[in-house]
Amino acid sequence: MADSPTDKLTEQRQPVPILGPGHDYASVTDKISAIVLTRKTPKWWILGFAGAFALVMLLLYAITYLFAVGVGIWGIQIPVGWGFAIINFVWWIGIGHAGTLISAILLLLRQQWRTSINRFAEAMTLFAVACAGIFPLIHMGRPWLAYWMFPYPDTMKMWPNFRSPLVWDVFAVSTYATVSLLFWFVGLLPDLATLRDRAKNRPAKIIYGILAMGWRGSAVHWYRHETASLLLAGLATPLVLSVHTVVSFDFAFTIVPGWHSTIFPPYFVAGAIYAGFAMVLTLSIPVRKLFGLEDFITMRHLDNMGKVLLATGLIVGYGYMMEAFFAYYSGSQYERYMMLNRMGGRYAVVYWCLVACNIVTPQFLWSRKVRASVGGLFAIAMVVNVGMWLERFVIVVTSLHRDFLPSSWGMYYPTRWDIATFVGTIGLFLALLFLFIRFLPLISIFEMRSLVNEEDKKAAE
Amino acid sequence: MSQIFHHSTNTIARVSIYGAVVLIALLGYAMDVANNSPYVTEVNNARTQPVPFSHKHHVGELGLDCRYCHTSVEVSSSAGMPATETCMACHSQIWTSAAMLEPVRASYRDSKPISWTRVNAVPDFVYFNHSIHVAKGVGCTTCHGPIGEMNITWRAQTLYMRWCLECHNAPENYLRPRSEVFNAFYQPPGNQLVLGRQLMKEYKVQKLTNCTTCHR
Amino acid sequence: METDNKNGGRPDVDIAALRQATSEGHTPRFWRSLDELAGTPEFRDHAENEFPHGANDLGAALDRRELLKVMAASAAFAGLTGCTKLPTQKIVPYVRQPEQIIPGKPLFYATAVTLDGVATGVLVESHMARPTKVEGNPDHPGSLGASDAFAQAAVLGLYDPDRSEAGIHDGRIGSWAEFQNELSAALAEEKGSSGAGLRLLTPTITSPSLAAQIGVFLKGFPSAKWHQYEPVGRDNVREGAKIAFGEYVNTVYRVDRAEVILTLDSDLLTSGPGCVRYAREFSRKRRVENVESKMNRLYAVESRPTSTGGMADHRLRMRASEIESFVRTLAKQLGVAVAAGPAISSSVPPEWIPALARDLQQHAGASLVVAGDHQPAIVHAMVHAINHTLGNFDKTVYFTQPIEESPINQWQSMGELADDIRSGKVTTLLILGGNPVYDAPADLGFSEILPKVEFSVRLGLYEDETSALCHWHLPQAHFLESWGDAKAYDGTITLIQPLIAPLYGGKSELDFLALLNGQAGKTAHDIVREFWQAKQVGVPRFDAFWEKALRDGVMADTAFPSKPVVLKSGIGAETPAAFPQGLEIIFRPDPTVWDGRFANNGWLQELPKPLTKLTWDSVAMLSPKTAQRLGIKSEDAVELKYQGRTIVAPAWVMPGHADECVSVFLGYGRTRAGRVGTGTGFDAGWIRPYATPWIGRGLEIRKTGHKWALAATQTHNTMEGRDLVRVATLDEYRKKPEFAQADVEKNPLSLYPDVKYEGYAWGMALDLNACTGCGACVVACQAENNIAVVGKTEVLIGREMHWIRIDRYYEGNLDDPHTVHEPVLCMHCEDAPCEVVCPVAATVHSSEGLNEMIYNRCVGTRYCSNNCPYKVRRFNFRLYSDWETPSLFGMRNPNVSVRSRGVMEKCSYCVQRINAVKIEAEKQDRSVRDGEIVTACQQSCPSEAIFFGDINDPNSRVSKVKAKNLNYRLLEELNTRPRTTYQARLRNPNPEIEKAAAV
Repeated sequence: MADSPTDKLTEQRQPVPILGPGHDYASVTDKISAIVLTRKTPKWWILGFAGAFALVMLLLYAITYLFAVGVGIWGIQIPVGWGFAIINFVWWIGIGHAGTLISAILLLLRQQWRTSINRFAEAMTLFAVACAGIFPLIHMGRPWLAYWMFPYPDTMKMWPNFRSPLVWDVFAVSTYATVSLLFWFVGLLPDLATLRDRAKNRPAKIIYGILAMGWRGSAVHWYRHETASLLLAGLATPLVLSVHTVVSFDFAFTIVPGWHSTIFPPYFVAGAIYAGFAMVLTLSIPVRKLFGLEDFITMRHLDNMGKVLLATGLIVGYGYMMEAFFAYYSGSQYERYMMLNRMGGRYAVVYWCLVACNIVTPQFLWSRKVRASVGGLFAIAMVVNVGMWLERFVIVVTSLHRDFLPSSWGMYYPTRWDIATFVGTIGLFLALLFLFIRFLPLISIFEMRSLVNEEDKKAAE
Repeated sequence: MSQIFHHSTNTIARVSIYGAVVLIALLGYAMDVANNSPYVTEVNNARTQPVPFSHKHHVGELGLDCRYCHTSVEVSSSAGMPATETCMACHSQIWTSAAMLEPVRASYRDSKPISWTRVNAVPDFVYFNHSIHVAKGVGCTTCHGPIGEMNITWRAQTLYMRWCLECHNAPENYLRPRSEVFNAFYQPPGNQLVLGRQLMKEYKVQKLTNCTTCHR
Repeated sequence: METDNKNGGRPDVDIAALRQATSEGHTPRFWRSLDELAGTPEFRDHAENEFPHGANDLGAALDRRELLKVMAASAAFAGLTGCTKLPTQKIVPYVRQPEQIIPGKPLFYATAVTLDGVATGVLVESHMARPTKVEGNPDHPGSLGASDAFAQAAVLGLYDPDRSEAGIHDGRIGSWAEFQNELSAALAEEKGSSGAGLRLLTPTITSPSLAAQIGVFLKGFPSAKWHQYEPVGRDNVREGAKIAFGEYVNTVYRVDRAEVILTLDSDLLTSGPGCVRYAREFSRKRRVENVESKMNRLYAVESRPTSTGGMADHRLRMRASEIESFVRTLAKQLGVAVAAGPAISSSVPPEWIPALARDLQQHAGASLVVAGDHQPAIVHAMVHAINHTLGNFDKTVYFTQPIEESPINQWQSMGELADDIRSGKVTTLLILGGNPVYDAPADLGFSEILPKVEFSVRLGLYEDETSALCHWHLPQAHFLESWGDAKAYDGTITLIQPLIAPLYGGKSELDFLALLNGQAGKTAHDIVREFWQAKQVGVPRFDAFWEKALRDGVMADTAFPSKPVVLKSGIGAETPAAFPQGLEIIFRPDPTVWDGRFANNGWLQELPKPLTKLTWDSVAMLSPKTAQRLGIKSEDAVELKYQGRTIVAPAWVMPGHADECVSVFLGYGRTRAGRVGTGTGFDAGWIRPYATPWIGRGLEIRKTGHKWALAATQTHNTMEGRDLVRVATLDEYRKKPEFAQADVEKNPLSLYPDVKYEGYAWGMALDLNACTGCGACVVACQAENNIAVVGKTEVLIGREMHWIRIDRYYEGNLDDPHTVHEPVLCMHCEDAPCEVVCPVAATVHSSEGLNEMIYNRCVGTRYCSNNCPYKVRRFNFRLYSDWETPSLFGMRNPNVSVRSRGVMEKCSYCVQRINAVKIEAEKQDRSVRDGEIVTACQQSCPSEAIFFGDINDPNSRVSKVKAKNLNYRLLEELNTRPRTTYQARLRNPNPEIEKAAAV
């Protein structure tokens, strides 16, 4: 029995920041697994899921119509060949960064406070990447030929153009998706086993049983599990940097003023982590409230995430400043015009909103009071989410709409189909999330238990 | 507590792990096979025609020159299909009452064209030009196969881009003297490479692999 | 019904089906998307709706066709991938092989395009007996191998699915046979009164054989009358000649001999008889080879900006009505005795007229003054006097007998006709072509009076406004379907021969006349041939002569000889009346749909109008200053009230327009043009009075508060200080010959060694000093490369598909800027930014330096377009190409793939032409000769602004042009190293005026 050791320890423990007071192995396991197994589906879940599902249907409708009529239903044109699709893609990919960062890097850095949020963050990562993955496919004029992007021996004796950043994207994103999935699943194994053992009805037993892949919690299992996790962590770490670097290449490798910039890779990665953590906060705050998990996702976690948010926010702010400086210092009239146009052109509003959201707002996080207030953190996280989307809008649209020849300048306006698709993916993201928190342990049971163990040691000394 | 799974599940699980890999591999292989199967490529499918015209008889046995019917092969992109009157040039004299030629006579009588089933076809976005290939010493049979032995005509090659490029990348393997271009029974000599290289010089044959050579 | 079928009429059901189809909008997407444009209210929503282009999708999403598509899409989703199996196809050879026709090889026939009777020779490319492309005829004096946009668009006119397909008798299908019966009955009746009630209404006729036929007809009815009418007629020109010489003459210019040219409200280079030739002669006199070269000098005085004005070295904007006074002042300066006119309110720099006069005098005999067709007769007369005093007669201008077979004052004649109808004198009216109900002056009230005629017959290409009010409408044959002849601007006899049998059993004017004259058996071909056989009595072997004439398209040396004229004295001696007060209104033909006859031609509708770059609409143009005074902005829907009639029009603020006057353009607001043209723009003809058809005063203009969205292909008009078009005056160039190459990096930086191009290396040069921005190349390219029409809503979004566009930039002050044109097409960069980024290698570089775009490989990421600094790539955002209208299939160039939805496309340097020539050269075992490959745009260009050839060959024309120090590359600093380069624009201003302006 996986949870037999719990019988041994029963004495009380001092309250500690990263784990609420009065928890032993059993209580941890109960509290988390109960959400999935015993508790009856709460009303807010049903309502929430219904809403999200409706949006998924909207997404499907929008995509079907898109395939029927073509990308012309969107607002894109010449010169602005990329619109919402690519904006959303970059935005989602960015969000999909926190997970791996938390699980892999913080794991290697032995940051224990990550434990309670990593499962959650990883899941979020997967779902975000899933949403992101839709866009490169549907933004194509002829999506049914998407497979031409992959290298395979065909009847045309043709290969993809390996010089094209889009091809790198294909590899980067798919690798990232695969590794995150593995990482997440491996992490789930022991907990799936727990659920299997604690499940009341047979179907549940069988399903969790299959997913648990015969985990019995033997020493060998644990040993291999450890190794696997570490290996995957090792694999995942460079990916955190590589994925968004490659995504930034989509822009940096072109000659478009506003895209053609060497600072893009670091600045995109920072932005990604920024966005990712914002999203983790946005989600974990309500969840911890709704499931009463204040003990596991403590103020310490929120505080730390606030700090990370502030740090990455500052890097991003630096990025913006450097962009402006480069434009000025480049001496290229096109770069300069691009920057002035961002600040004073037809889309200036968007730019200044972005500055307000991504640079000004996070400054509040300097104050401990703000970091200590759940509401404040939530608000800021929300603002940052919006801000990061606006950033992508500024990069994609304002750079393209006025490039080199004034004769071909134009304006981009999204259509209701652009918006439907965007909202739809948010729906998809939420729907998956709702399913996740309902049917899988949203906090890693075994790792939390190991925390209990850690605290024992501390107490012993 | 009771076991949920029979212990055989372990084996199934193990097998399925390797099985998946094998399955994917097989799938890829199957697709490749399908793509090269006569069903898709039409290679070696003798097409039924309104008139069972036999190249074997006309070319092989009677020794008609290709250009007698395919008149524009040397001047135009299209080799040209014979007008009914071309058939009737002979068949108003011989086999005048053969049942199998009735469609031809009918066509000539009420000037309704014969509608043949296309045997060799490339997609619309491919612009193939017969005249230049012929002029550069590419024989009819190089692409159309042993036409002199076909009772009912079939497609001899896949006509895939991959296949076109075999020659466009290395013409020396296929070129023949201009005098032999219309020879339906031409056999490449042992020293094809030597001959091919020499002909490439002589006929100024380039290795044209620009996309717009065929796609516009 | 049987009679119908026997006589080639079409069974009722078809028409019914057709009608229904159009009415229900169950028509192919291409057309329907154009239908969506029809209702102007929709446009207004457009302007107000924040997300315009999403709007109509939702509606569309629900209809049947879309639903099917949706289902198809999900199917495609399921497993369209991988399957490469081709469908089984049929080969249908001839029964009897026709002469000449070789499958896969085009044939060219010489014929002619006529506009207002004047013929321009063309060669028409025919694939398997399908005319697909019109090109200029080098042997024709009016073409010299070039052509205008109208000629280029003619093939679409031929295949237009909206063309009238059957005779209509009082709203029902009527066959030619029925018509013949009714006609003979009617004519028999007329015979009694020797045709007192019989009227024949035709456009201007320069065709000798047709005139002869009409003569025969009229002989039968002595008291019948023949009226000619053109809404954009040249009465003023004719009457001017009458005042000056006492007789009608045809004026021909020798621009190639003129050093100094003054145009007075005239668009000499891009419209009117001979404009194609004049443009070429003009540009040749301007071509600068080196610092020694000389340039002609062009002064333009005009009311609204024209392409000619854009080319001018000195441009003076002036209200059209005041130009008369200007001419009088100038005439006085030159010593022609004329009375002074009323003072000119438009500002004229004091030094302008004296300097101009001196310049003209210094070039006496080599100067030329040209008055615009729509200036009053007296102006033309005085201009003749001026040219005479300057000794230009028989040097830069000469006169011949009129090219019209029966030159009359058409406006007057139309007035008489209207009166006769109103007073019930007219019992039988035969209308050959033309569309008076739409384009006759509104106050003649043709639509009310026409029904009064007992028996009215209309022969027309379309079942249009006029047909609707006639008892009989009969389908006319397109000129590509008919035999005929016509005169060129200089009188040269030009033959018209059919490229294809009438698609819808239509008849040409000649056929129709044969019908009237009861020459049942005679075909138009017989008539023309016999006519000329009778003329050519001297010629020994007529057949040979005829063959040659048909082959060349012209009868050699038939141009009218110069005709001695005697200038009357006292021209313009009487003092003219003072101008009436108030805002001025000017009526002009539309640059792309002319008088409305081309309204249903999608190519011309979508062709950006020169200077304004507007598509799909006509506008009320006014100057920035006047707009400011009236508080009007571009795209405001304004109400124009003139002589009691009002119409709502979109306003357009036009830099360089004369103050205090408004230009409106004819040809729009058609109510029965067809699915493309109906409902586009507004009908300026509605407020065009009989009394003042061109220039009038007393216009009232009022804002309606609505917006009227206008689809312009260029919305930003200044160069933002970027070095895109390099301009200098001739003197500056002589001082600094390298000015255009100032910032040229002699050996451009690259990490990689240059690619060596063995063999050919194709390149292009564009001469900005020659380009008038007329747009012929744009339509030529569209016809050659099967480029789709997208419709107004898509142009509004910014999705036009033209492979070559003509950028227009303004320099200098808003009120009176310099205009420069810059044709931009794919630059075929050596280091092309588009190629690197394409994920599937759908755009790559060829061994001859072409930047190739492979449609069938493209997956449509649009990454290449984003990375193209010249933004010359075009994307099929929707299914723009029409895959459903059968009649349009015949029109397509079989050597260019028709692009489908979701693929990128762009200029290919007409690679299909390159390959065709190369293959022929290879077969002949030789290399391609210089000038053998001619791109479509180059071919059509009247002013020879485009050069194409092998830049590896130092002796090729293009290499020589590129070698000039005027040569520069667009966006050089990006180091894309374009194959397409530009020749800097030069101006040749009059130093006196420059100096004065500078002070």
